[in-house]
Amino acid sequence: MLGEGIIKGMGETARNFFGSYVKEDRLTTVQYPEERLPQKEAARNFPFLVYDGKDWDKGLRCVACQICEKECPPQCIYIVKDATKKPDHIGKMQFQAKVFDIDISVCMSCQICVEVCPFEAIKMDVEYELSTGDRFGQLLLHKDQLAKSNDYYRKIHPTEAAEVDARMGAEKAKAEAKAKPAAATSATPSKP
Amino acid sequence: MSAIPDTSERGVAGAGLSSTGRGHELRHKETANGDFAGDLLEVSMGPQHPSTHGVFRMDVTLDGERVVRLKPVFGYLHRNHEKIGENTAYLASMPYTDRLDYFCSLTNNWAYALTVEKLAGLQVPERAEYIRVITAELTRLQNHACLGGFLLQDMGASGTPLMYAFRERERILDLFESLTGARMMCNYMRFGGCRCDLPAGWLEQTRQVVDEFPRFLDEFEALLNENEILMSRTQGVGVVPRELAINASITGPMLRAAGVNYDIRKVDKYGIYDRFSFRVPLGEHGDIYDRYMVRVLEMRESLKILNQALRDIPEGPIVDPKARLRGFKPKPGEAYGRIEAPKGELGFYVISDGSTNPYRYRVRPPSFINLTILEDMCLGHEVADVVIILGSVDIVLGEVDR
Repeated sequence: MLGEGIIKGMGETARNFFGSYVKEDRLTTVQYPEERLPQKEAARNFPFLVYDGKDWDKGLRCVACQICEKECPPQCIYIVKDATKKPDHIGKMQFQAKVFDIDISVCMSCQICVEVCPFEAIKMDVEYELSTGDRFGQLLLHKDQLAKSNDYYRKIHPTEAAEVDARMGAEKAKAEAKAKPAAATSATPSKP
Repeated sequence: MSAIPDTSERGVAGAGLSSTGRGHELRHKETANGDFAGDLLEVSMGPQHPSTHGVFRMDVTLDGERVVRLKPVFGYLHRNHEKIGENTAYLASMPYTDRLDYFCSLTNNWAYALTVEKLAGLQVPERAEYIRVITAELTRLQNHACLGGFLLQDMGASGTPLMYAFRERERILDLFESLTGARMMCNYMRFGGCRCDLPAGWLEQTRQVVDEFPRFLDEFEALLNENEILMSRTQGVGVVPRELAINASITGPMLRAAGVNYDIRKVDKYGIYDRFSFRVPLGEHGDIYDRYMVRVLEMRESLKILNQALRDIPEGPIVDPKARLRGFKPKPGEAYGRIEAPKGELGFYVISDGSTNPYRYRVRPPSFINLTILEDMCLGHEVADVVIILGSVDIVLGEVDR
């Protein structure tokens, strides 16, 4: 019979329409500003710089090695290295970035900077409700806007941050174990 | 819109594969008894036409409602992908491949990773191979489901099938997001494996999505397969004969709809596809309806592969220990890697001169090559059919223009 297929199809749309009043999986719409879906832990948006301790300027993990600047596919990172070493948050002398800018109008959130960074200094943010009225200046993020604490990182990516903390702790312990005998040997000659 | 003047030869030379010797027909026509039949009309469809699936333009010459000539014009979305690939490191091209066919970023990643692995001789661990198969088949599911929706949208079924397809696609994109961090621009595969291991509970979620998908397919088929409007609009329209499909090196569901049994998953058995049992659905007539049905049946086969892969996935490492992220320099040589992407054969051709950047980087995009016979499919049909013929080719302009 002509039209049978159409009537059958209409039955399907009716099933979906009425089903949407009773079943969750038929009505998947979320009323966005009022309702929000929980964010996935792996979600990524734009990169930020992690700092330890209280003072963001001193605690930045970044040592301006410029690897991310080199590896970034769309070349959106701009770094100027400081000429002299400065003490970081635990007083260790360290090279730091004088300028660290990310142009987020160019960034394509590919996460390659995060993967290549040997110092766990750059990570992906999850902030997605971003807007600005300025097309140029506001889209170029400077060091002070990029710096975010390790606690924030632990909050947005708990599993990943725990792994990073464990890895960094292990490296630190190894470095200390290595430094101790070295300090002991270097200290011996000076002994009377 | 403009009427073509008598003497104009404008555009005839570039009209595509089958334009030879048709120039004389384009003067305005006289019927057998000498009556004046009217001018031909040249219509520029696109690049902002909603049914051209992106910024794609067709210069269609019409005799009344009939198409007498069609000239595809593309390049509006050209982004210099291949040249950029020659000027950046191997790894830096990986996120750009996401943007080729932005519906299927994971299969694009796979094709590029496969090529560079061939070039550098990297071995992919077992678990990574399974993850690749699972993500690729999920990509195929969402691509084909959406294509069914888009095709119906082009036919005038405003929204309903498309929204049902998008509802299912959302579930798959959610899986991609929890695995890779992004819904569409996944950037997940790496040379010699994958970027990160599956998060906790991901396999269970995937199993649930895969188990629920047949219900959607049943509903989708009940909604559309026997629909008289769909059948009369698509059957016998846009026919691609077997010989033409082979000669024009068409691949993917379009080729199989013409009845040619050619699926690279079966022919090349790349990755671990030789371990799964699945069939290759074939069409008979090569018309739009066959292309639609081949895709629906392919989704069923993808579900079979997914069920087997989710059952067998082993534990283990996910990346080759020899693979390096920074300072990656393959030996001089060349490699062509290809996979069965949802749209057809996606190939990458990379030449290495031993430095950090490829010497040559070339993409063989399936939707671009499938588009070459657009004029042959459209001639003689009405202008409303052009829209659905184009829709059934399954193009994504990110891939056509690169």
